[in-house]
Amino acid sequence: MTNAPVLDVKQLRTSFFSEDGEIPAVDEVSFSVNKGEILGIVGESGCGKSVTSLSIMKLIPQPPGKIVGGEILLNGENLVASSEKRMREIRGNEVAMIFQEPMTSLNPLFTIGNQLIEGIKIHTKIGKKEAFQQAVDMLKLVGLPRAEQIMNDYPHQLSGGMRQRVMIAMALSCHPKLLIADEPTTALDVTIQAQILSLMKDLNEKLDTAIVLITHDLGVVAEVCERVIVMYAGKVVEEAPVMEIFKNPKHPYTLGLLQSVPDVRENKERLYSIPGNVPKPGSIKTGCRFAARCEFVHDRCLTDNPPLYKVNGAEEHTVRCFLHEQGGAVSG
Amino acid sequence: MLSYTIKRVMSLIPVLLGLSLIVFFMIRAIPGDPAQIILGQLATKEAVAELTKQLGLDQPWYIQYFTYLGGLLTGDLGESIKTKTAISQEIWPYLAATIELSVCAMAIAIFIGVNAGIISAWYQNSWFDYIAMVLALIGVSMPIFWLGLMEQWVFAINLDWLPTSGREEVRNPVESITNIYMIDTLLQGRMDQFWDVIKHLILPAFALATIPMAIIARITRSSMLEVMRSDFIRTARAKGLRMFWVVYKHSLKNAIIPVLTIIGLQSGLLLGGAILTETIFSWPGMGRYIYDAINARDYPVIQSGILVIAFIFVMINLVVDLLYAAIDPRIKYN
Ligand SMILES: Nc1ncnc2c1ncn2[C@@H]1O[C@H](COP(=O)(O)OP(=O)(O)OP(=O)(O)O)[C@@H](O)[C@H]1O
Ligand code: SF4
Ligand SMILES: [Mg+2]
Repeated sequence: MTNAPVLDVKQLRTSFFSEDGEIPAVDEVSFSVNKGEILGIVGESGCGKSVTSLSIMKLIPQPPGKIVGGEILLNGENLVASSEKRMREIRGNEVAMIFQEPMTSLNPLFTIGNQLIEGIKIHTKIGKKEAFQQAVDMLKLVGLPRAEQIMNDYPHQLSGGMRQRVMIAMALSCHPKLLIADEPTTALDVTIQAQILSLMKDLNEKLDTAIVLITHDLGVVAEVCERVIVMYAGKVVEEAPVMEIFKNPKHPYTLGLLQSVPDVRENKERLYSIPGNVPKPGSIKTGCRFAARCEFVHDRCLTDNPPLYKVNGAEEHTVRCFLHEQGGAVSG
Repeated sequence: MLSYTIKRVMSLIPVLLGLSLIVFFMIRAIPGDPAQIILGQLATKEAVAELTKQLGLDQPWYIQYFTYLGGLLTGDLGESIKTKTAISQEIWPYLAATIELSVCAMAIAIFIGVNAGIISAWYQNSWFDYIAMVLALIGVSMPIFWLGLMEQWVFAINLDWLPTSGREEVRNPVESITNIYMIDTLLQGRMDQFWDVIKHLILPAFALATIPMAIIARITRSSMLEVMRSDFIRTARAKGLRMFWVVYKHSLKNAIIPVLTIIGLQSGLLLGGAILTETIFSWPGMGRYIYDAINARDYPVIQSGILVIAFIFVMINLVVDLLYAAIDPRIKYN
């Protein structure tokens, strides 16, 4: 890569503190997002995807949560060390975020217009009229018909898909360099899902906004992402370009995820799902965190912590599994 | 909003009719002959017969009710047996005194209660939160008369900062226009009297405000804590909005809805509490009016006094309902 990455997360560690002690929900996670790129983060529920994204925004509820280590470099600036005041300038302006639940992510008591204009006016010193016009333009950009009318509507008057479009309009209204989308389509039905995804891809090209797309659905990743990282129990277990991960998946967990992607051609009665559950973060102290559910588990997996290995003969493909140690460990 | 308002006002008609029925039957539920009881055992037969006629008790009950209802609709609240004056004419000064006291008490309760609740929620588990919530717990369990007496003892008798009782300086009486003294003194530009009035208000208003203040603080706190966990609060923060606006714009507007319910309910209790407070502080309000009427067995006054207070309670709840709709756009559509 010639370009410096927009976002460079290094050894990020975010924990929650309770009576039982420290729970490392995100444990030394590293990844980077290039300019204008769409990066996918996949993993089952509870593996730390949302905590990762909220850490980048520094919106982890504190207490009980806290970023306890690592760096989050946004264009070289370390957000972990930034003040709350600086973070307010960054949020919504340089990094924006949209969430899983379009039904509850907008304040039910304010009009769409009010909430859009509010976001614009936080970061720009423009008048009410201009802000209004800019908001209307954003609504048009995300493909909402009768934008002027929607400005006066309340969230409950819109469908889920429309609200998610509003959320996207709101997030992109200050032209951030990075958009974090935490499961933006999970709560929507399939046709709307596809529309929102293609909208995001569209805007990514039009506005050159890099996107971190969080999902537990590899099908979504295949559709829009260029690169993907797979997370499991607070750790990155595999990272590769999208084509590579579908053609040449390495980690047993990724294999499991791929088997559980629905395929229209096969028309299976029941979807395969990986047996067992994601362990509670912090519950596994030694060995590979996937060991309890892995079909290739061997003695070493129970005692040693696998590092990330390079995958032989592949570009930019790393995997955290002893089966692939012949590629050599990468630092971190 | 207009059609919703009309709908809500229309829905009050059966409530008010019910209210008038209850109050109507209250006086008829007195065991024995009301006229006899009112006049006492020593009254002559003629006097009892005359009063029976005057009260209309010789008519069948439905005629009596419709006469009474017709009177109410034209603003006729009956006549005081003791003073022989129309109640509608003599009630206002008392009512105004109670309104002034209750409105001040409610304003204090809402202002301090809501803000204390917000700060407690914002700094959850801080020393402020702990102290405020312990005070609130003490506040809700405080009997008004005890609190009133303590206030008098500390601030009026020992410290001599504030007057013990009454509404105005006896040697410097307020010339009444509206009978709401804060307004009257301001209208006349009498700042000296205005401060007098405020000084007289402080102790009874705080005594009366304590319980609703404590309840409002607790409800505001828990409702704020719940709202602060909502997704839209996270959205507001993700926009880069300052915490102050997140709290006072996005959270408060949502959190105030359950608080409004409590305010509506509390104002009913407040009217009851006002009567108690008025007795302690010799406040010449509805409490005094009804209390004197009870002593004098002036049944028409008791009846109308209760009716007026109940009517105010119904109106407050109408206002609360309309405020809901003004705050929450989802209500009008359901
Ligand atoms: N507020 C919190 N307090 C305590 N622990 C938390 C909190 N939020 C998250 N965690 C912990 O962090 C872990 C990861 O949660 P996270 O929300 O990041 O999962 P996720 O990958 O986003 O899952 P999902 O697909 O369900 O959104 C959870 O298992 C939980 O133990
Ligand atoms: S390290 Fe061992 S347990 Fe972990 S994924 Fe690889 S084979 Fe399975
Ligand atoms: Mg999540």
